[in-house]
Amino acid sequence: MATGTGKRLWVYHRRPGRNREVPGFPGLSARKRDDEHPMTTLAPDAHQIIPTDREITFREALREAMSEEMRRDIRIFLMGEEVAQYQGAYKVSQGMLDEFGPERVIDAPISENGFAGLAVGAAMNGLRPIIEFMSWSFSLVAADQILNNVPKMLYMSGGQWGCPVVFRGNNGAGGQLGSTHSWTVEALYSNVPGLKIAIPSNPYDAKGLLKTAIRDDDPVFFLESERMLSDKGPVPAEEYTIPFGQAALRAGDWSGERNSDCTLVSFGRPVNFCLEAAAELAKEDIRVDLLDMRTIRPLDIDSIVESLKRTGRIVVVDQSWPFASVASEVITQVCERAFDYLDHQPLRVNTDDVPTPYAKNLEAAYLPHKGKIIAAVKKTLNLL
Amino acid sequence: MPQTPTVPAAKPPSSQPSANGRTPAGAADSPSSRLPNETLISWLRMMLLIREFEVRCAQAYQQAKIGGFCHLYIGQEACAVGTLAATVKDDPVITAYRDHGHALARGMSARACMAEMFGKITGCAKGKGGSMHMFDRPNQLYGGHGIVGAQTPLGAGLAFATKYKREVMKETDQKLICLCYLGDGALNQGALHEAMNLAGLYSLPVIYIVENNRYSMGTAIERGTTMAHNLLAKSAAYGIEGLKIDEDDGMNILRLYDLFKPFADHCRETQRPGFVDLHTYRYQGHSMSDPQKYRTKEEVDKVKEKDSIDLLAKHLMDGPDKGGRGALSEQQFIELQKSVKDEVRDAVQFAEESPAPDPETELYSDVYVNIQPNLSPIRDYVHGVKNPLL
Repeated sequence: MATGTGKRLWVYHRRPGRNREVPGFPGLSARKRDDEHPMTTLAPDAHQIIPTDREITFREALREAMSEEMRRDIRIFLMGEEVAQYQGAYKVSQGMLDEFGPERVIDAPISENGFAGLAVGAAMNGLRPIIEFMSWSFSLVAADQILNNVPKMLYMSGGQWGCPVVFRGNNGAGGQLGSTHSWTVEALYSNVPGLKIAIPSNPYDAKGLLKTAIRDDDPVFFLESERMLSDKGPVPAEEYTIPFGQAALRAGDWSGERNSDCTLVSFGRPVNFCLEAAAELAKEDIRVDLLDMRTIRPLDIDSIVESLKRTGRIVVVDQSWPFASVASEVITQVCERAFDYLDHQPLRVNTDDVPTPYAKNLEAAYLPHKGKIIAAVKKTLNLL
Repeated sequence: MPQTPTVPAAKPPSSQPSANGRTPAGAADSPSSRLPNETLISWLRMMLLIREFEVRCAQAYQQAKIGGFCHLYIGQEACAVGTLAATVKDDPVITAYRDHGHALARGMSARACMAEMFGKITGCAKGKGGSMHMFDRPNQLYGGHGIVGAQTPLGAGLAFATKYKREVMKETDQKLICLCYLGDGALNQGALHEAMNLAGLYSLPVIYIVENNRYSMGTAIERGTTMAHNLLAKSAAYGIEGLKIDEDDGMNILRLYDLFKPFADHCRETQRPGFVDLHTYRYQGHSMSDPQKYRTKEEVDKVKEKDSIDLLAKHLMDGPDKGGRGALSEQQFIELQKSVKDEVRDAVQFAEESPAPDPETELYSDVYVNIQPNLSPIRDYVHGVKNPLL
């Protein structure tokens, strides 16, 4: 990809609604000149995806990642509710019991605090556990283990013992599961230092990120979505991993003549809502940069800022509640790092600020769906 | 690990003396009687060291040189020393927050332990853990854990790993056991019951040792725990063999060892979990801020009459005519006390003179092993100085 040139200064002067002069300081621009903040980093690597005709589902991608890593490293085992004999509550681990045996693919009773803690002890003593939470909603009963012991062990032991566990499972609403089974935990858990959080939006990323998670020496929370497990996508047969902290540009073009009109930042399942919104907006000749963050910690803020320099507008789409959410964090960091590039106040699209409803229409309205995203983008463009 | 659990008989192993048929301390055929004098003297020294260490901790705490919470082990010394005597070097050990005694008995230097209390870079956790978080990787001590009961699933996991390394990875033939200590207050935590269920289910070689000092903070065990008179009923429900060591035995390290060693050997051999209701007593309050309104001075004094250090010292100093070993003269005992005082005084001086951790290098280190950019919006994480124990 070509790097930016910085020639986009004042592209949006034609758009109404914003005085660029700082009040009381005629001639002084509210935005710093681009040459003070040259466009340098280009992290979005959508174009580095290995092309392939091979299509598999999200759940198969997860299974391939775990199986390949378990063949490579005997220290890895998979433990969770129904992962073995039942073949996985959502069939993610189907066939793994046959391949790896009951010593390495282990059914756990419904006892999340117990087996999450068991994983901590096993990891400290040299193993590399993968713990499947049937749903991240159930991780709340293991909160002491996963929030006190997992992220803090390295620090409170003065660097003697880390905790290389991958906790993975379904996260987020969308299946009419009601309030208690629809948790999105990214806002809660990303608050805690010591964790890494990966949240793929498609099968290709699911496999590449999970392999990276398993190899990482730090604890990783890996957030999947039951609503995406049957999604199909290209996944090459050859070995690959995806580095943490590198967003992918899903829509928008940084090499062309025209910059996009607005930056859309999202992660996990809502990336797919953003893609729908981007397609609709394109019909009205509104172009967006869609950044799929892929990991929340680390957060590829560099790519966000890079895109923002081209668009001047940003909407963050997040499937957790708005108050103190990842969207809030992204917007805070944007304000800290690129305030002068903003042509409109940053906006967030979250789920509605209520417990997850059951009724199909209410739940659909609650999610950060296409309609909310389109409205937010248009608002940043003063078109609404 | 077997997928279908075996159903063990929840009965004591045959080699274990019954709790009622007490054998005299150091009786001719008991495990402790076969130990050389030097071993028993080293136990005495360790118990003296722990007590002196705790006394100096209390002083330093009152001088505000130690901050936070500080839970003293005075009175319970025989528990850590007597049970750890049944372990081998590679056995993983994990405990709760009253952990100074376990750290010292497991082999941590008084200097590293005291420096941690003082929050210094030379401490076992570089001053980042504190009183409740004594970690010692070379000695396989997996902490000091502050949340009541939270260490019990970890104990199951440590045992799981030893078994996995032996049976799946075939890394070693050595049969290890994990000792996981908890207080009687942890008996009512869900974590313990989940951990015991897993340990029974997967047949994990972990021994849960309840250091039953009768009080969880200020709540007497009967006020907080059902079946307080028969805690082994709880472990039996999980298919875990139990051992009760009453207060007379728990305060007497020889009898404690005589009961515990065969039990631990049995768990090691069968690679099955165990549960020990080990009665003991803490002479001090729960923590430094405890006014001890919940018990009488007479109660405390009564237990002090059977103090574990006095009992072992008497056994070593008495001649065979009085049932003792005659292995230690009064002069030698005084020298032992002096050497312990010197060691702890040196540890305090070391801790006082050691530098505090440097915020530049230490505040943001040891948070991640694999450091990457943008993990924090505030500043980048770093690798700090090497842990002094490693």
